[in-house]
Amino acid sequence: MKCNRLVDVGRRQFLRGGVLGAAGAAAATVLPAGQAQAQTAKAMLDYPSSKLANISDLKVNEPMDIGYPDADSPGILLKLGTPVEGGVGPDGDIVAYSVLCPHKGYIMSYAASDKTLNCPGHFSRFDCEKGGQQIWGHATQNLPQFTLRVDDKGDIYAEGADELIYGRLSNVLA
Amino acid sequence: MAYKRNIDRLPIIPAGAKEHNVACHYCIVGCGYKAYTWPLKTQGSTDSNWIGADLSQQQGAETEAWYAPSMYNVVKQNGKDVHLVIKPDVNCVVNSGLGSIRGARMAENRKSDVTGTQQQRLTDPMVWRYGTWQPTSWDDALDLVARVTARVIDKDNEDDLFVSMFDHGGSAGGYENTWGTGKLYFESMKVRHCRIHNRPAYNSEVHSSRDMGVDELNYNYADYEVTDTIFLVGTNPMECQTNLFLNHMAKGMQNGAKVVISDPRRTVTVDASEQYAGAENVLHLAIKPGSDVALHNTLFTYIADQGWVDADFIAKSTFQGDVAVPADSAHPASLGSFEAARVACKMSLADGAAATGLTEAQIIQAAEWIAKPKEDGSRRKCVTGYEKGIIWGNDNYRAIGSLLNIALATGNVGREGGGCCRLGGHQEGYYRPSDAHVGRPAPYIDDLLIAGRGKVHHIWANDHYKTTLNASQFKRVYNRRSQMVKDAMDAAAGRSREELVDAIVSAVNAGGIFSVCVDIIHSQIGQAAHVILPAAESGEMNLTSMNGERRLRLTEKYMDPPGSARPDCLIAAGIAQNLERVLREEGRNDYADQFKGYDWKTEEDAFMDGYHQGNPEVTYDRLRAMGNDGVLEPVVGYADGKLIGTNRLYEDGVFTRHGREDGKALFCMGEWRGWQAAGKAQQQANHRFFINNGRANMNWQNWFLDQGNEFVMDRFPVPFIQINPEDMAELGIKAGDMVEVYNDMGATQALAYPEPTAKRNETFMVFGAPNGAQGNIVNAGVNELILPNYKATWANIRKISDATPASAAVSYKSWEVEL
Repeated sequence: MKCNRLVDVGRRQFLRGGVLGAAGAAAATVLPAGQAQAQTAKAMLDYPSSKLANISDLKVNEPMDIGYPDADSPGILLKLGTPVEGGVGPDGDIVAYSVLCPHKGYIMSYAASDKTLNCPGHFSRFDCEKGGQQIWGHATQNLPQFTLRVDDKGDIYAEGADELIYGRLSNVLA
Repeated sequence: MAYKRNIDRLPIIPAGAKEHNVACHYCIVGCGYKAYTWPLKTQGSTDSNWIGADLSQQQGAETEAWYAPSMYNVVKQNGKDVHLVIKPDVNCVVNSGLGSIRGARMAENRKSDVTGTQQQRLTDPMVWRYGTWQPTSWDDALDLVARVTARVIDKDNEDDLFVSMFDHGGSAGGYENTWGTGKLYFESMKVRHCRIHNRPAYNSEVHSSRDMGVDELNYNYADYEVTDTIFLVGTNPMECQTNLFLNHMAKGMQNGAKVVISDPRRTVTVDASEQYAGAENVLHLAIKPGSDVALHNTLFTYIADQGWVDADFIAKSTFQGDVAVPADSAHPASLGSFEAARVACKMSLADGAAATGLTEAQIIQAAEWIAKPKEDGSRRKCVTGYEKGIIWGNDNYRAIGSLLNIALATGNVGREGGGCCRLGGHQEGYYRPSDAHVGRPAPYIDDLLIAGRGKVHHIWANDHYKTTLNASQFKRVYNRRSQMVKDAMDAAAGRSREELVDAIVSAVNAGGIFSVCVDIIHSQIGQAAHVILPAAESGEMNLTSMNGERRLRLTEKYMDPPGSARPDCLIAAGIAQNLERVLREEGRNDYADQFKGYDWKTEEDAFMDGYHQGNPEVTYDRLRAMGNDGVLEPVVGYADGKLIGTNRLYEDGVFTRHGREDGKALFCMGEWRGWQAAGKAQQQANHRFFINNGRANMNWQNWFLDQGNEFVMDRFPVPFIQINPEDMAELGIKAGDMVEVYNDMGATQALAYPEPTAKRNETFMVFGAPNGAQGNIVNAGVNELILPNYKATWANIRKISDATPASAAVSYKSWEVEL
């Protein structure tokens, strides 16, 4: 059963501004704690350090919807179940990505069957186990991945991004 | 880890930035883009910018107010560094703001001394000197080219000069540059030994369509949006003409069109069509490789037998009688009337099914979707698109002719929602003097070069080493012949120009070849060159091209060419002027006079000398005013400040492409005859794997700029070959392993990519890659008119290495979307 129609609904909500809760099977939605600040004098922007979840909140292969660096930038936090390069946590398998397709900004859906993010707009695909590499598609960049830190309590913080997020010319809005 | 740019903000285009019209210089669709440039030390802000949007807010999907890092660079403009953004144009009817993975990297694929992109671009002329290539002046390089060339050509005797020259638009082609080269070789000279950028002869890829009276680009893209059925044959538009598919075909599907796709493999076009149209409205005919003529003739027979034809159209617009053009050495099939073609092409459902591997029910289903009248009796509209699957497949002439038979019989040429067109590679942009002296069949240039013919070789943006057939042998011979000249030049080091030229001429008379390479990068065949001349590309010059619906646009120059690089038309002019000078010095005044008429200062001068002469309404100023929507050729007038074009060819039912005075279209009388080209059946019998090959979404053609693009090379460090996973397991091959693909012609390498939808023993390999040329294993067989059959190739496969570290890091998941 294809669920792209559902994602279409998500897209319309996004265009109206109702971003969060639209992508994937949301377990919870977490808003960033810090106030985003744009600073233009540094090599990369200063990002807010935002608590996304605790490791105990995550279930393997079930993405949690997040907003980072702010509520208008939807993403997912995901425990893959197998360690990957760039994964954090005790199992080295926790990753987070923007879910706005870098091609035209449609909200992508997560396919648990092969751990990919898929765009309902023009069918681009990104591999959550390979740093968001575009498997096939129209985007001219791989998926923005959020830098994660896990503290000794198991709290997971997002603290940066490695590609420009669709729909903003500065990842941290002014 | 996947390649990341780590760019998390971009300079904002300020209000008042310079804006330039750009048609994408890659594929034939020619998506509209806008190039913005502005001074380096200025920028817009979130509240004051080019578009007047509040950029402190997140923008929604499909916004005009965003651009990706790949759309940004810093380049030279009039000698000064400027910011450059090239972003898709939301107002262009071709793409409505969509960018492809190729075109949306145009800015990043410009040479920049600031950001360090595309450092591979050639900047200055180079000559072989002291055992390597040394930079030199244009005067010095062109003088050497002219002096050596003048020694091997004479009035009415130019067969020792071989020329490989692009004939396309976009990139570094276009009306300016095809005219510059065309005037030099077809007017000042009558060079017969020439070929085109992607094939070993100077010929049409669609001879039969033209002989039948039908230009191969006869519709407009909107026809896909209003049709009942889209019939795609040997073409993969989701990857190769992406925004034609996404912006026009998809709309047709959403409007209810059914889709028939004839292709041996399941492509992403099939998958995407199922997404848009619903799987129940998509029929994939996964035919046996090379059986296209059998499929088309069976469909034609069945449709005609059912009476699902447009009898009125056939009576009024097609030839009546029997044979109009008999088969001969220039016509691989007879051409004639509908009834004559019915007799010649007759093929039963049973025979068609056996030849194609399809079921009779599938063929009937296709015929119904293509031609069966609707319940109210009205005719179905069907638009047909085809490309390299049959152009570079089995029996080119008959495969295209038999397909066009169906479109003509059903009255689907020259009508809304119809058309029978190639989908194309590059944009077009051909304006040259007549090539009739070349002859038909045209000389098989690469074969002649292998046989030792030719003394001087002028190469214009061709890379035979990546894009020819029988490439293993070609490279061995060409390396040896060009090395003879390098050795002679090395031995003449320190001597006078006259002695150097004498040494070169002695070497070419002894079997060597003097190779002059005009290109934007130092290509692989350029490694054999003795003189290398740097060319400019679209955007580094003003350049006009026509897209796959004959849409003519002017891409405006938005930056300087690298170093002293020049437009090809001005390089051709330089060669002509130097030849004239040298010939006069030698007292050959009559011949020298033939090289007058190149007093061009700019590419616009070349445009006015060529295209404008044949199309007096068209000027740069008028094209500039027409913007990214341009005008559909042929241009028939100018009124109210606008050029007037032609929405669709043959709306009057009068067919002209063959030059017949009666204006009647002809049908192709070509029966199915199995493998046409020499050696194909034998190669198939002796090797396990079919090595289908073609383009891929991510990289453009032979990767000339993409081989210097990290985003592309990170994804595919080595060209891939898609193999069925069970075949891989049998051969002990893992995803990412380096495999050798080898046969009686040679060998090449690829990265093994498992593809579950691939049929057993049928693979697909990227064509034209720099580090794994598929042409190495393509045999020398061509059709009667010297069209190559790259597709029909068989080989064996073995593992030669574990995945390289780069290959081990990439994703090997399926390309099919999972929604």
